[in-house]
Amino acid sequence: MSGQGATEPSYSSEGSMSGKEKMNDEQSGAHTPSVETLTNRHLADAGTALGSDIQAKIGQHLRAMYDDVVRQGVPDRFLDLLAKLDRSEGKESGEGKGVSGDSGGGQ
Amino acid sequence: MSNVDPALRDEIIAAIPNLRAFAISLSGNVDRADDLVQETLLRAFANISSFRIGTNLPAWLFTILRNLFRSEYRKRRREVPDSDGAFAATLTTHPDQNTHLDFEDFRAALDKLPPDQREALVLVGASGFSYEEAAEICQCAVGTIKSRVNRARRRLGELLAIDDVEDFGPDKTTLAVIAAGDRP
Repeated sequence: MSGQGATEPSYSSEGSMSGKEKMNDEQSGAHTPSVETLTNRHLADAGTALGSDIQAKIGQHLRAMYDDVVRQGVPDRFLDLLAKLDRSEGKESGEGKGVSGDSGGGQ
Repeated sequence: MSNVDPALRDEIIAAIPNLRAFAISLSGNVDRADDLVQETLLRAFANISSFRIGTNLPAWLFTILRNLFRSEYRKRRREVPDSDGAFAATLTTHPDQNTHLDFEDFRAALDKLPPDQREALVLVGASGFSYEEAAEICQCAVGTIKSRVNRARRRLGELLAIDDVEDFGPDKTTLAVIAAGDRP
């Protein structure tokens, strides 16, 4: 009983709901799986193995987000900081103490 | 810091954009991320003598930043992230509506990951570190990084697949038609 549909799909579809199934067959080619089968497989992929397209999308989005920040380059804030460090360098010690104070601020 | 080799100094500066991107992914907040980067730079210059020339400078800097974030995190937990989202706030180059929506979905999914997994995924998937380097930065075993990355990918895949199924059908098309119709 269970083997019927699987072994002879064309026979069973022709026999049962000829009109509708025939249209699907014409659209998708004679031996391709039905639309229903494709959808089920899509859901199965999503639930377990994950479609590789989704994994590819994850990688793309992750890099796009990250690169968006990277592309902003070095904000002036940090160049100013480095210049400040260079200047305080002459005044021995320091070790950025004067500058590090304001980074911890903000409450 | 007076004895910082100029070449090393240049390398540190060159790492700043990547440090910022990583800091944003950790803290979820651009301002805090920049504070973290600043503190990282100060520490790096102050402790430059402990950096062994010839070893991996970016990994060293990332380790400092991560440790700073961790110790701060323990103190005040993660602040409520901006509702706009840190990454979203930095997005300037994606005017296309559908792409932007996609990004929003993705960012929301990323926010749902446990910090350990998000961090591992970003280091390997975006910063371009090897599993070994990521393990060094996170001070854990390579296998731990691998499993965190895998779990992160799986979880994101599930979250995004659900989105996809929900979006399936007329919705996206309708949106596109509406968006197109809005244009003069």
